[in-house]
Amino acid sequence: MAFEYPETLKYLDSHEYARTDDDEGIVAVGITAFAIDQMGDIVFLELPEIGDSLEKGEKFGTVESVKAVEELKSPVSGEVLERNEALIEAPEQIGDDPYGDGWLVKVRATDLDDLDDALTADEYKDQVGG
Amino acid sequence: MSSQTFNLYQKKLGRQGYKALIRQRFSQYTLNGPRIPSMTLLQTPLYSACVDQKARMTEFAGWSMPVQFSGIKQEHQAVRQRAGLFDISHMGKFELRGSGVIAALQTLVPSNLGRLTQGQAQYTVLLNPEGGIVDDLIVYLKSLPASSGTGWETVSLIVNAATTDKDKTWLLEYLAGTGIELVDESRDRALISIQGPAAAALLQPHTSLELNALGRFAHRDTTLLGQLAWVARTGYTGEDGFEIMTDPNTALALWQTLTEAGAAPCGLGARDTLRLEAAMALYGQDIDDTTSPLEAGLGWLVHLDEKGDFIGRSVLEHQRTEGVSRRLVGLAMAGRHIARHDYPVLYQGDRVGTVTSGTLAPTLNTPIALAYVAAPLAKVGQALEVEVRGEPQGATVVKRPFYRAK
Repeated sequence: MAFEYPETLKYLDSHEYARTDDDEGIVAVGITAFAIDQMGDIVFLELPEIGDSLEKGEKFGTVESVKAVEELKSPVSGEVLERNEALIEAPEQIGDDPYGDGWLVKVRATDLDDLDDALTADEYKDQVGG
Repeated sequence: MSSQTFNLYQKKLGRQGYKALIRQRFSQYTLNGPRIPSMTLLQTPLYSACVDQKARMTEFAGWSMPVQFSGIKQEHQAVRQRAGLFDISHMGKFELRGSGVIAALQTLVPSNLGRLTQGQAQYTVLLNPEGGIVDDLIVYLKSLPASSGTGWETVSLIVNAATTDKDKTWLLEYLAGTGIELVDESRDRALISIQGPAAAALLQPHTSLELNALGRFAHRDTTLLGQLAWVARTGYTGEDGFEIMTDPNTALALWQTLTEAGAAPCGLGARDTLRLEAAMALYGQDIDDTTSPLEAGLGWLVHLDEKGDFIGRSVLEHQRTEGVSRRLVGLAMAGRHIARHDYPVLYQGDRVGTVTSGTLAPTLNTPIALAYVAAPLAKVGQALEVEVRGEPQGATVVKRPFYRAK
């Protein structure tokens, strides 16, 4: 099945994406349409508290489906500014708009250069087989 | 994301030697788990029909099997509300022929197979000398000497896919010298299961057999779509339903006919959530070589007073007199966390048991689990905790099954 991977986002091989919302170093983090499809019905999200510090490449939460539990890895280091409370209430809606309303946390990145080694849409697409 | 699920299972699988089972169950259930090249896998006669119907395939016990079609929840609800269709052709199918087949099997299981009449079946377990479960299976008495015209008894066994070879070795060892012939039809015959309140109505137009006259666990040789077939009123979903064994071509035609008539094709994912709501054990997960039927809540199939010696009898007698140290219970979780296989069960901070299966129950929309817990805590209403990734979460022992068909 073909999924959409917006060109404007950066991706991790562990299926998270980073969206740089504005030029103030704020990054929205979510998981890709491919990951959502592979996991099946998503039933539970565990996300950090506002103000928590995230480390690039480190676990910051979990996403749980009927089939599996997966750890979330942060694409950047920084501080959690917001978490998607609406999605925590209704995690099954994550697939409706993965790159828009499906964001998980917004982070004030310490250094946006953290994203330099993340994958482009094309690179990620190659990795998951289109 | 990284695959925590797989690591959790690795421990258990390594220890118990169910590596093949683990791989089959979980490889595609995680994003980063190992994948087996599909060219090495066995295909059932319904493989291409499933692929055509957009099934997501997974490796299961060496077979390429559908894990889901439209989605686990949708398929689950289809079975609860109307009817679902499962390809279970990967399951082990043995036919035993000879004289004294039932008498020979009596020594391998704790159930009194003498209760069986022709055309009836019994769910039971093969036991090892320690009282552990070699496999769970259904024993179908097909014909007695008087009616077969050959002087033989004919008995069919349907066993788990992952344990087919193990069971065959076990049976051949214990049947050696009895003159009983074991015919392994596992790869030659197709097996389809239609389950749900509308199963009988959807199947009836295609057979001369009066389906509503067939009781639970009854079975008959008949015709379906004009071809020879064997129909049993059994299943693994907690709903009414039928399991049908026939040749590959007839199975394929039947699959098409029944899906066109509105039975939803279902995969192993929904099969797992359905059986778990019905609190039916999954071999290799809830029961295995180290669990006895009395620990596993299967005391109803242990008929000590009705039969003579069988493998594991002395252990079960001891457990019945002295009590067991742990019991399989149903748990309802207080929150939304799913208790998964191998998660620790706690009471007042101490480890008192282990989760064996868990899911979000689609019908109940709440997380449920099966777990072994210390016998004194195995009572309905008991408050416990399950350690979910380091955090204790509230759980209560509840009655099984979690769901019962109306």
